Amino acid sequence: MPKPPPPLESRAVCLAYDERPVINALDLSLPQGQISVLVGGNGCGKSTLLKAFARLLKPRQGSILLDSRDIHQQPTRQVAQRLAMLPQGPTAPEGLTVHQLVRQGRYPHQGWLQSWTAEDETRVDQALKDTDLTSLAQTPVDALSGGQRQRAWIAMSLAQDTDLLLLDEPTTYLDLTHQIDILDLLAELNRRSGKTIVMVLHDLNLACRYAHNIVAIRQGEIYAQGHPDKVVTEGMVRDVFQLGCRIVRDLLFDTPLCVPYGKAGVPQPDGARYASDT
Amino acid sequence: MNKRERFVVGPVTLAVNYRTMAISAVLIVVCLALALLALSVGSVTLSPIAVLEALMGQSSGPERFIVETLRLPRVIMAFLVGAALGLSGLILQALVRNPLASPDILGISGGASVAAVAFLSFLTPWLAIQWLPVVAIAGALIAAATIYLLAWNRGVSPVRLVLIGIGLSAAMGAATTLMITLSPITTTMTAYTWLTGSVYGADWDDIRALAPWLLVMLPLVLSQSRTIDLHEFGDALATGLGLPVQRSRLYLLCLSVALAGIAVAHAGAIGFVGLIAPHIGRRLVERQFAGLAPVTAMIGGLLVLTGDLIGRTLFVPLDLPAGVFVSAVGAPFFVYLLFRQRY
Repeated sequence: MPKPPPPLESRAVCLAYDERPVINALDLSLPQGQISVLVGGNGCGKSTLLKAFARLLKPRQGSILLDSRDIHQQPTRQVAQRLAMLPQGPTAPEGLTVHQLVRQGRYPHQGWLQSWTAEDETRVDQALKDTDLTSLAQTPVDALSGGQRQRAWIAMSLAQDTDLLLLDEPTTYLDLTHQIDILDLLAELNRRSGKTIVMVLHDLNLACRYAHNIVAIRQGEIYAQGHPDKVVTEGMVRDVFQLGCRIVRDLLFDTPLCVPYGKAGVPQPDGARYASDT
Repeated sequence: MNKRERFVVGPVTLAVNYRTMAISAVLIVVCLALALLALSVGSVTLSPIAVLEALMGQSSGPERFIVETLRLPRVIMAFLVGAALGLSGLILQALVRNPLASPDILGISGGASVAAVAFLSFLTPWLAIQWLPVVAIAGALIAAATIYLLAWNRGVSPVRLVLIGIGLSAAMGAATTLMITLSPITTTMTAYTWLTGSVYGADWDDIRALAPWLLVMLPLVLSQSRTIDLHEFGDALATGLGLPVQRSRLYLLCLSVALAGIAVAHAGAIGFVGLIAPHIGRRLVERQFAGLAPVTAMIGGLLVLTGDLIGRTLFVPLDLPAGVFVSAVGAPFFVYLLFRQRY
């Protein structure tokens, strides 16, 4: 069976904020139906790249292709029917309820006059169910806990009913329980409905557990891309994160597990310390 | 209370919230009652029955003249001006995502004031006073366009717009004061009344000039309801949901400027309504433009109507500008709402 064409790719894309270049001539294809995770140090350009893929940032040169056509040549409403983007730390207007928030996800599907259809209603109910928020539908978003709030935003993206879902650090500011909760939810959505998910994550070990495809970015360039088993090595962590580590196997999930030690080195039985890469 | 109902009217489906409907109904009754009161009282007080008879055309003589010619156009004008300013503020606060924004920050009042005071101070000998609204609206539009262009930097961001708007408004305020200082004392009074905002002397010609504009604007604004809601989420989310943010922002700014511009052109620089009416609206009904718009418009109308009612009855025979009392009525009411909903 031939591989399906990548729904989202960048061709020689150059990105900059004002005059500060962040990414230079980058080519990247994101595989269909998989979870891709962008990893890299602070300021390496991974969030910038994600924004460009979501057409929130216009490339200086090169192009972002959605279904093999330039994303900026397509009507933004049409793009919104294919691709949903959840930015980092989104904020809702004060007092808005969960249901009102999730309803916004239907915007790209609504006509000029037909403001609310049975289809819209079904999608919103389903999104609330998938994110386990049905009982909280009438609660104001500002009254939710951090984990619930992030689920509400994901519900909005789900109501958008797109094949592609982009998320910028969806687990930031969440405790460990809710990080796992959110990532399990995304993995489930990927498994069940074949959604292509692209996200930026800071936790390399969680990235290894949930990603089919890891893209390691260093200084605006792709250092490595592929399955976690192939990409996540001690050498990659040293080059991309400037961090010493050991890579072992995760006991439960059999994925690469990065045990960092930094500059202080690893303690020895005799009390002396040394950095193992010397 | 937050339950919503779907109504299908031909191709249009409306989702309406019960609370919003109830509050709107109450407001309509309050508006009508206040209008009746405003038509009754004044230097000559009429009974509500006499007013209703005059409105039906069943009376003649002085009652009919007082109600139809003197008071009714003024009541309608006050209401329309307030409604337009309230709506303009509601759109603007959503657009710039700042609850402290009012049509003033877009330079509408500032531009209109500079133009109006320049007109009153230096041009009245050559141009008839009927040209004042035209001159004022031209000033408003030029000021708003200047602010928009100065704020442009690969698109207009709300923060830049607000900052440049505040800066330019301050400059225009200075220019206005300077002109008043330099102008002859006879025009100073007129200029001050204009700057405070007044519907004194409004007649049917004014209504005929103002109402058609509002009738055109209203459907344009309401058709943008869902889009305006989306602007409140910020550029990234709104773009992600398929809104062409910059184009839509320019269009909505034009609507907001036009609404406030025509109000200011006819009633002068009434402040505060555009700021406070949306806040009161949001305290009363759920935060959704389609429901908020009529409520905010009615509250704006009520504020100016009340301000004018007090202004012309409290210190008889003095007829004080409505603008003086709009803040005096609106601010305590707003504080009361905040106080009642504290937790």
